[in-house]
Amino acid sequence: MAVLTSNISPTSEAFKANEAAHHDALNTIRNAADRAMAGGGDAARTRHKDRGKLLPRDRIAALLDPGAPFLEIGLFGAHGMYDNASPSAGIIAGVGRVQGRDVMILCNDATVKGGTYFPMTVKKHLRAQDIAEQNNLPCIYLVDSGGANLPNQDEVFPDRDHFGRIFFNQARMSAKGIAQIAVVMGSCTAGGAYVPAMSDVTIIVKEQGTIFLAGPPLVQAATGEIVTAEDLGGGDVHTRLSGVADYLAEDDAHALALARDAVRNLGAARSAHIDLQPPEDPAYDPAEILGVVPADLKTPYDIREVIARLVDGSRFDEFKALYGTTLVCGFAHVMGMPVGIIANNGVLFSESALKGAHFVQLCSQRKIPLVFLQNITGFMVGQQYEAGGIAKDGAKLVTAVATTSVPKITMLVGGSFGAGNYGMCGRAYDPRFLWTWPNSRIGVMGGEQAAGVLATVKRTALERQGKSWSAKEEATFKQPTIDMFTEQSHPLYASARLWDDGIIDPRTSRDVLALSLRASLNTPIEDTRFGVFRM
Amino acid sequence: MFDKILIANRGEIACRVMATAQRLGVATVAVYSDADAHAKHVRMADEAVRIGPADAANSYLNIAAIIAAAQATGAQAIHPGYGFLSENPDFVTAIESAGLTFIGPSASAIKAMGLKDTAKSRMEQAGVPVVPGYHGPAQDPDTLAAEAETIGYPVLIKARAGGGGKGMRLVEDPAHFSDALAAAQREGQASFGDPACLIEKYITQPRHIEIQVFGDRHGNIVHLFERDCSLQRRHQKVIEEAPAPDMPQAVRDAMGQAAVNAAKAIGYTGAGTVEFIVDGSGPLRTDGFWFMEMNTRLQVEHPVSEAITGLDFVELQLRVAAGEALPVTQQDLSINGWAMEARIYAEDAANSFLPATGTLHHLSWPRAVAFEQGSLRIDSAVDQGDAVTSHYDPMIAKVIVHAKTRAAAAARLASALDACEIAGCVTNTPFLSRLVRHAGFRDGAVDTGLIARDLQSLTSDMQRSEAPSTLAALAALGLLPSADSDPWAHLQGFRTWGQPTHALTLEEAGEARQHHVTLLGHDTFTVNGNDLRLQPAKAGWIVETQGTATQANVITHGREITVFYRGTTRRFHHPDPLALTDVSHGDADVIVAPMPGLVSTLTCAAGDHITKDAPLLIVEAMKMEHSLRAPRDGIVAEVLCAQGDQVADGQTLIRLEARDD
Repeated sequence: MAVLTSNISPTSEAFKANEAAHHDALNTIRNAADRAMAGGGDAARTRHKDRGKLLPRDRIAALLDPGAPFLEIGLFGAHGMYDNASPSAGIIAGVGRVQGRDVMILCNDATVKGGTYFPMTVKKHLRAQDIAEQNNLPCIYLVDSGGANLPNQDEVFPDRDHFGRIFFNQARMSAKGIAQIAVVMGSCTAGGAYVPAMSDVTIIVKEQGTIFLAGPPLVQAATGEIVTAEDLGGGDVHTRLSGVADYLAEDDAHALALARDAVRNLGAARSAHIDLQPPEDPAYDPAEILGVVPADLKTPYDIREVIARLVDGSRFDEFKALYGTTLVCGFAHVMGMPVGIIANNGVLFSESALKGAHFVQLCSQRKIPLVFLQNITGFMVGQQYEAGGIAKDGAKLVTAVATTSVPKITMLVGGSFGAGNYGMCGRAYDPRFLWTWPNSRIGVMGGEQAAGVLATVKRTALERQGKSWSAKEEATFKQPTIDMFTEQSHPLYASARLWDDGIIDPRTSRDVLALSLRASLNTPIEDTRFGVFRM
Repeated sequence: MFDKILIANRGEIACRVMATAQRLGVATVAVYSDADAHAKHVRMADEAVRIGPADAANSYLNIAAIIAAAQATGAQAIHPGYGFLSENPDFVTAIESAGLTFIGPSASAIKAMGLKDTAKSRMEQAGVPVVPGYHGPAQDPDTLAAEAETIGYPVLIKARAGGGGKGMRLVEDPAHFSDALAAAQREGQASFGDPACLIEKYITQPRHIEIQVFGDRHGNIVHLFERDCSLQRRHQKVIEEAPAPDMPQAVRDAMGQAAVNAAKAIGYTGAGTVEFIVDGSGPLRTDGFWFMEMNTRLQVEHPVSEAITGLDFVELQLRVAAGEALPVTQQDLSINGWAMEARIYAEDAANSFLPATGTLHHLSWPRAVAFEQGSLRIDSAVDQGDAVTSHYDPMIAKVIVHAKTRAAAAARLASALDACEIAGCVTNTPFLSRLVRHAGFRDGAVDTGLIARDLQSLTSDMQRSEAPSTLAALAALGLLPSADSDPWAHLQGFRTWGQPTHALTLEEAGEARQHHVTLLGHDTFTVNGNDLRLQPAKAGWIVETQGTATQANVITHGREITVFYRGTTRRFHHPDPLALTDVSHGDADVIVAPMPGLVSTLTCAAGDHITKDAPLLIVEAMKMEHSLRAPRDGIVAEVLCAQGDQVADGQTLIRLEARDD
C-alpha cells in the first residue's frame, strides 16, 4: 500500500505559527475541561467524601480494569448553560473496559446539584444509552441522583427524548441482551428509582443508597407518614424485603467490586468479524497535527497531511485519486483495524459526491468501518452546478451514508457547514461516535454568509421601497448575525449542547479513533440495504 | 550398558541422572511420593511409579517399594542420587538380593565409611593422614575430657554416626567440655539413634577441600582433582569451586594420592569423594591436610569437577556399574579452566535462612553466553509453575559456570545469579549474589568461617532502591506499556482530558507504603514526584529516571508483584481493599418466617443474649423443619410468636434490640 509523504517541515515558520494558534485554542478547551471535571466544587466534594462516598471519577477508576482507558463522552455538556450550575451536565459518561469487556458507564455526580437531571443531563444520559445500544455495550449506572431538576421539569419530563426515554431504552436494551447493571450509591428518587428497578442486576450500598418513588418529604406531604430515608428505601429494605435490589454492598468499593463480578458473569460477548492486522505507528508523529493544520479555517490544506498522521504506517490506498479530487477516499488501518476514510479536501462537487457514494458502497459491501474527516464548507453552488444535478448527486452521498450498516466514526477537523455536514455523516446520520477538534466550527453556513444573505434580502426590500442603505448601515446590520454565528459555531457551544460526543486534543485523534472503532466492533456488522439512489 | 534404570531420588539430581541416561539411550524410571506426583523428575522420566505418601520415610526411604517399582518396570539398575538411600548399605544389599544392580559402591565400602570413627582408623592404617583425635569406644565424660586435653584445645566433638553438622560441637574452653559433650550425645541419640561421640582437633582457619575419586570393578582408581567447598554456612556448602584457589601442584598430587589410597583401602567402585580438612592459615602444605570422611556417592557439587575435566560423571557411574572399565587413566586427566557452583535454595537469608515454600509462577534462567557454549549450566529441580513444598530439601537449582580463570568464573557466576528470576517464593539468590562479590571470596581467601563472620552484611536488607517499587506500582495499576494490539489494552490509562493521579498502597515485607502515579504519556510517568520513562528490554523494562537507565523485570501474579532488579528480588503485595470488608448479609433486626408454617420449637425468650447462628426457633412447613438462626450477636427484644402458632409467610417472629452503632 502506498505510503503518504508529508510536504510540511516541522521546523518551518508556518508549522510553528499553526502550533501556537492551536495551543491557544487547546488552552481554552483544557480550562473548560478542568472546570467540568471539578464537578460541584470543593465544598460539595468535601461533603461528599465526608459521607464516606468515593468521588464520581474515583468510582469509575475503581470500576474499570486496572489501566483501562476511559473514552469519556459529553464532558463539556451544559458548558456555559444554566448559569454554569451543571458542570459536565452533572453526569459522567463514557466507554471503559471492565473484566475485559467494553462497557458504557454512566455515573451521576451528586456534587452537582445533588445529581439532579437538567435537560442536558437527560440528553447526555440518552446519548450514552444510544452509544451503548448501537455498539452493544453493557450499561453500568452508578446512581446517585435526586431525579429531575424541578425548576426545569418542562424540559426534562414530558417529551419523547426526556426522562421516560431512559427507562424505555433500558427495557429495549435488556430485550436485546445488552446487560443493564445499576449500582445505587446514593439517592435514587422518583423516576430515578426506575433505573435500578429496570436493571437486570442491581447493587445497593448499605446505609447510603436509597430507592423510592417518593422521598420522605413527599410521603409526609401526601400521607402524613413520617419515615426515614433508610427505612423507606435503604439497602436493607430493598435486598431483604422488596427485592428491588439484588446485592447489598458494605461501601462504595465493595459495591464496585460486586459490579465487576456482575460483568464477569454476563456470558460471552458478540462481536464483528473483521480481519485485524498487527498495529503499526504512523510514519509521521500524530503530535505534528497541530503544526500541519492551518489555524485559519479559510486556509486550504491537503487533508492527506492529517491522514498520514492517523493511520498505520501512514499507508493509504487512495481510491479514484484523480476523480472528484475535493473528496479524498481510501483504505487504511488504524491500530490494526481496517477503515475506509472519507475526508474533505475542498468544496463538494457532483463528482466528489458520486465518488463518496461509490466508496461507501464498497466499504458496505466489504464491511469495513467508515471514518469521516469533516472540513466542509458545503456543496458547490451556482447555476451550472444546480443544472448539473448537484442536489441529486449530493443526495446519493447522503443516502449512502444514511443507510450503510457499517460503523461510522466522524471527526470534525475543520468546518462543518451546510449540507456538507449531512453528506459527511453529521450528528443526524448516527455516527457511532462524533468527535471535534478545538479549531472546528459548525453551522448551517458561515456567519459572514448568513449575514450576507440577510443583508441581501433587506437591501432588496429597501431598494424596492426606493430607500438607500449605506455600507456602514449594512455592516451594523450584519454584525449581530456574525456575532451570533461566531458564538454558536464554536465547539464549546456545540459540545455543551451535545451536538457531538466531545472535543478532543487533535494529537490524541488516532487513539480516540482506535478506541471508538474497537468499541464499535462489539456489534456484528449487518448486511447493508441502501435506499433508492436518485439517478 | 543397561536398557533401563530406576532413579531412587527426586529433584534436580533425579533430573540430572535422567539427562545422561536419555543421552545414552537408557530408559528411565522415576519414583515419586504423593507430594511429587506432578514434579519435574516425574514429567521427565519415561515411566514413573508411585512409592508412597509425602513423608520421605514412607516413600523415598522405602526400600521395598523402590525395589518393587524396579521389578515392576523391568529396570535393571538403580541410581540412588544423593541423600535418601544413597549411603545405606541395606539398600545396596536389598537391591543385589533382588538381582538388580546398584549404581554405586559395594555395601561393604559404604559400611566401611559410614561410621566416622572406624573409617578414620581404617584410613590411618592405610596411611592417609587423619586429624589428631580420639575415636575409641570410651564414652565417659572424664576419659573423653582427658583425651581432649591430650589432643589440645580447641577441639571438636562429633556424633560418631553424624553428618550434616548435626551432633557437632566446638569447644574452645575446657570448662565447657562436659556440657558440649552431653549436648552432642543427645543430638546424636535424637538424630541418628547413637549417642557415641568422637573428639578431634579443631583447625582454626580450616578449608574444606575434597577429592573426587572414581573406581571400577577392574581395580582401577583415579582421582579427578579437588573441589574447594569452604564457603559453608553451618556446615552446609553454599558455593563450591574446582580447582581450589592457591593449590600448589605438590599438595594437589599428595591429596589426590591420599584419596586414591583411601578408596583403594576399601575396594571402592563408582563415584566417591574424600573430604579433607585443610589448614588454611597459611599456604597449603603437603602435611597440612587430614582425612575427614568419605562420601560414597555422587555429590551435589559434582558438576564443577565435570566442568574442569570434561567428563560426565553419571555416564562414568553407569559404565562402571555395568562392568565396564574406566575409560580414562590418571595420565589422561588434566584441569581445564575454572568452575563454580552456587546452590539456589528456597530460603529467606534475611530471616535466619528460614526455609520458604511457594508456587514458582515465574522462573527464568540466564542464557548461556554465545561465544562459550556450556559455560553456564543450570541443574534445576523445577519448572515454572512447580511448587516448593516443606516436604523435602528446598533446593531449587544449581547454577554452574565454567571459565578460563577463577576471576572470569566468579564474574560470570555473579552475573548469572543476577539474571535468575524466581517469583513465588523467597530464595537465597540475593545472598549468593553478594557472596560471590565478597572481597574475600574474590581474592580466593576462603575458609569455612567466612560466611559466619560477615553474615550481617551478606544478609542485611538490600538497599531500598526506588525503581523496583515504582515498577511494582505501575504494574499494580495496569500502566506498564502493553504491546497488545487491542487499543483498549494498548492505550493504558487513556483519558480524553485530565490525567488523574492514582494513589495505591503496596506492602513490602509487611510494611505498607502509599504510591502516587500520574501517567504523562504512553511510557512516561510521574511516580512519587519522580519522572521516569520505560522502554521495553529483552526481559522486562529499562527504567530511565534522573539520568540513569537500569534494566528490571516485573512479574505480576494475582496481587503478588515480584520485581527483579540488579540481582535483587523484591516482593510486593497489592492489598485487596475488599479483603477487610466483612460481607455479612444477616444483620437485620428481625427474624421473619420464610414461608407459612407451624412454630414447632421455640428456644429463645425476650432478654436472651444470642450469638450469631444460634438456633432460635423451628418452623415446620411442607413436612420440613426450617431452623431459623440468629443473624448476628445481640439481645432478643421481643418474641412475637408462640410455640404451636401457625405463622404466615413474611410474618415477623422475633425482633432483636437495635445495635447501638
